[in-house]
Amino acid sequence: MAGNNPSPTEYIQHHLQNLTFGYHPEHGWSMAHSALEAREMGFWALHLDTMGWSIAMGALFIWLFRKAGRMATTGVPSGLQNAVEMVVEFIENLVRSAFHGRNPIIAPLALTLFVWILLMNTLKIIPVDYFPELFIRLGVDYMKIVPTTDPNATLGMALGVFCLIIYYSIKVKGAGGFAKELSLTPFNHWALIPFNLVLEIIGLLVKPLGLGLRLFGNMFAGEVIFILIALLPFWAIWLLDVPWAIFHILVVTLQAFIFTVLSIVYLSAAHEHH
Amino acid sequence: MNINMTLIGQTIAFAIFVWFCTKYVWPPISNALHERQKRIADGLDAASRATRDLELAQERANETLRESKEQASQILEQANKRSSQMIEEAREQARSEGERIVAGARAEIDQEVQRAKEELRAQVSHLAVSGAERVLEASVDEKAHRKLLDKLAAEL
Repeated sequence: MAGNNPSPTEYIQHHLQNLTFGYHPEHGWSMAHSALEAREMGFWALHLDTMGWSIAMGALFIWLFRKAGRMATTGVPSGLQNAVEMVVEFIENLVRSAFHGRNPIIAPLALTLFVWILLMNTLKIIPVDYFPELFIRLGVDYMKIVPTTDPNATLGMALGVFCLIIYYSIKVKGAGGFAKELSLTPFNHWALIPFNLVLEIIGLLVKPLGLGLRLFGNMFAGEVIFILIALLPFWAIWLLDVPWAIFHILVVTLQAFIFTVLSIVYLSAAHEHH
Repeated sequence: MNINMTLIGQTIAFAIFVWFCTKYVWPPISNALHERQKRIADGLDAASRATRDLELAQERANETLRESKEQASQILEQANKRSSQMIEEAREQARSEGERIVAGARAEIDQEVQRAKEELRAQVSHLAVSGAERVLEASVDEKAHRKLLDKLAAEL
């Protein structure tokens, strides 16, 4: 536990606080030293831990797969290449079955999403106290290492997918076609255009929101449970921690998979004419 | 848990990673995968082709073997026939030779018998004459009785 025996509430709040750097109305550009300060910074703040760990995981993904790609031979694969090829093939099959259309971006996009999210989620298996404690010793107040428990990260990725949905909708159907789709479905009558528009725009916005919040919700809830388990006496922690961690191996993979599949499906829908 | 610039930062990071993956990570792995797939398919093709070739060759070998067996048996049969024919011929020849020899011998015997008869006849006639001489105590004129003697001899 951090510091000099904080209360459970303080402990939980501490573990759920991101390391925030931003513009504070009073202190200017600075690190936030409390949850309150972080909240006061409003939009102009950056979660350094979320950014750092997510970029580190992304870089790890790129490095691993680039390495495998560089030594990829057409001969008998081995070790890393085997594992990487398994993932690539899995994603390729997934895209082939879920994406109807031709777009060379979709498969690499799905691969990036899947492996990146998987790596970020996997950080959760690391005991909750390790990194916050380590960084406190190093003089850093907060360190929340799982980026996917930060709605900014999940919604950020969802926003990226959303931009692509809009981009490909307009590219494939044209601006007019896209507008027509929004205003004339599901009821093809001019009088119902406003109603259709409201319905479709809500439907469109719900896609990224659902995508981001589903991942965030699952990861955040799991993280809270881990933190609660960590409040138990040290000799009892493993009793609950181990089953929960094993269960989370499933959740971690499943959530990465769901995010990837839904992104592919949404992008596939963006490519289809109605 | 506030929504802040991190959202934008994540979107930018996401875009960069996707771009990098599309450009530098995906193509080599995907290419290698497909190339290998093609090579394996080619290999399997070649293997099945080789198997077919082997089967064909085996069939041809079997055919040749059967043919040569047939030929051998034909040759053997011919040889057998030929040898039995030769034996038959030799036998025939031997028989006819034997017959000829037997016939020759028989003719000679006949001749001998004839000659013996002739001699006997002459002697008999001579004996008869000398017998008659003795009976008659007189010489019989052989010339005068020649005709009678010959007749007697022919009757013998």
